[in-house]
Amino acid sequence: MAATSVPLGTTRRPAIKPGRILIYALLILFLLLFLLPVYMVIITSFKSFQEVDLSRMWQLPVSLNFESFARAWEVLAPNFANSLLLVVPATAISAIIGSLNGYVLAKWRFPGANILFPLMLFGMFIPYQAILIPLVQFLNSVCLVPNADGTCSTSLYGNIFGLILVHVVYGIPITTLIFRNYYTEVPDEMLEAGAIDGSGFWGLYWYIVLPISLPGFVVVIIWQFTQIWNEFLFGVTIAGSSAQPITAALQNLSGSQIVEWNVQMAGAFLTALPTLLVYILLGRFFIRGLLAGSIKG
Amino acid sequence: MAEVRFLNVVKRFSTKSGDVLAVDQVNLEVADGEFLVLLGPSGCGKTTTLRMVAGLETATSGDIFIGSRRVNDLAPGERDIAFVFQFYALYPHLSVRDNIAFPLRAQRISREEVDKRVQDVAQRLKIEHILKRRPNRLPSGEQQRVALGRAMVRQPQVFLMDEPLTNLDASLRADMRVELKHLQHELGTTMLYVTHDQTEAMSMSHRIAVMNLGVLQQVGTPLEIYNHPQTLFVALFIGSPPMNMMTCTLSEGRHLQAKVGNLRLTLSSTHRLLSQEREQNVAFGVRSEDVHIQSADRASDVMGTVLVREPLGDETIYQVDVGGESALLVKALPREVFQPGERVGLTIDPERIHLFEAATGKSLLAAAEKAG
Repeated sequence: MAATSVPLGTTRRPAIKPGRILIYALLILFLLLFLLPVYMVIITSFKSFQEVDLSRMWQLPVSLNFESFARAWEVLAPNFANSLLLVVPATAISAIIGSLNGYVLAKWRFPGANILFPLMLFGMFIPYQAILIPLVQFLNSVCLVPNADGTCSTSLYGNIFGLILVHVVYGIPITTLIFRNYYTEVPDEMLEAGAIDGSGFWGLYWYIVLPISLPGFVVVIIWQFTQIWNEFLFGVTIAGSSAQPITAALQNLSGSQIVEWNVQMAGAFLTALPTLLVYILLGRFFIRGLLAGSIKG
Repeated sequence: MAEVRFLNVVKRFSTKSGDVLAVDQVNLEVADGEFLVLLGPSGCGKTTTLRMVAGLETATSGDIFIGSRRVNDLAPGERDIAFVFQFYALYPHLSVRDNIAFPLRAQRISREEVDKRVQDVAQRLKIEHILKRRPNRLPSGEQQRVALGRAMVRQPQVFLMDEPLTNLDASLRADMRVELKHLQHELGTTMLYVTHDQTEAMSMSHRIAVMNLGVLQQVGTPLEIYNHPQTLFVALFIGSPPMNMMTCTLSEGRHLQAKVGNLRLTLSSTHRLLSQEREQNVAFGVRSEDVHIQSADRASDVMGTVLVREPLGDETIYQVDVGGESALLVKALPREVFQPGERVGLTIDPERIHLFEAATGKSLLAAAEKAG
């Protein structure tokens, strides 16, 4: 019987397909293009003012200089606080409202539900610019603290309250959508069991639905935090000079006779940091939460 | 503990493709402490009927009573009932103990009393060792017990169960059947139980209510249903293997002649017919255990050829071709062996036949004697 054996050193490696090379090349190209601005921001923010020069813009900084960060923070710190003061309540309130809306739409059939829900969703598609002027007029007309002589000392316009309100309202369509889709995956029988056990509309929400809503809340919080933190137009229009969020302040930072690029880059980095952190910490729950329930467990 | 009464209950659903009559004029009385099974194929309306008692569906018309109270307008939580779902519907965020204690939260009961009741129930159902666990990690058998525990802890007037054993594997199901029957007997609580499985119905219930297409077909004890089916549907649905059925002509109320094939039979005089027409089309039924197979040389009611022999161990089932619409199924003792292709004779026990009007499916035999 003839034995066949493969001589050592002649094992064939699978050929690398040209298509694969092309894909990888394209991916690397796009990756570089995408990361270019990030690279620029980071290296520039660590440079001293003298180093910042068009001729040397691609070069790494000579040493890690934190001065520009200190300067940027000095200017932006109050606005950072404003942004936090804006984002935290707005996210929390729009999340709770979205959860309640989603609960009703997913679990309690009522006449007109099929019309109401799409109408709510249309709200998402209204561009901010289109309603800006009537919005400002409206906010101005609502008086929170009237003066003795009938004029208004504090309205909704020009302070953080109006801004919070606007973001809550604009957030309702998307938070409602996310929660409604999440709650439709909750088996009806679970709520029926709760009903038989004596819970009513609110009891069912508080004792059964809310405790299992965490993935939905994570998605909503990530989404709303990012959207509201990064938003510029309403922030610069409605808040007034004392309550401006960090996005507006960053814009102000860039306007002056001498452009301090390193400080601006540091400012941009600081502005982006919170949303970056949110994604890093909670990002894996985002996909999990979005897909929650689409695969029957 | 209470009786449950249905008075002309109707449930109509409006769907995109029109109205569906899910429950059609159901009149039923479940006695206090009775174990009544609603039996029927999928879509027959049994689950809808059960859910109307629970308050999870509202009756379109008719009245439902639990005890002396008309409950149509009461919320589910106010009816003093407990419901066990097919897929358990346990609360995933609560421990087993909290799941069981949940129904008591709504009532004003002291902590000690709640703990005591939960402990009692857990002991009885042998789930003390899993009280701290979360339900979704448990095997289905234990999940089912937790669901039962959650129902029992309320000490309700009525237990409602929607196919609770369907999701268990066969051996577990058999054990649970015995346990449930035992439990109901011990507690003495009225139980309304929905299933499509006739073994469950026959073995567990005091009475069975058979439904089909929203209509109550017959209500009776398991043996009444088995021995004296009142409609063609009940006759065919109950019994495994299914009853042999042949279309025949009945002349002078006594002579049966199969429409297809050679079967000819004279009815015994003990049968009193409800209809005395000279000639009528009937469905003639006889169960496989009431047909006897014997060798071809002996006198018999009809001759045939063996098609298939199924030796099951404790009995053998033969499919015999008698030239009729379909082969007859015949049960025999294991020692009676006939080979496929063999000519055999069949005799039919004249006392154990069933006759149904071909047009309506209603039984032609006068009201059954209350024996068995």
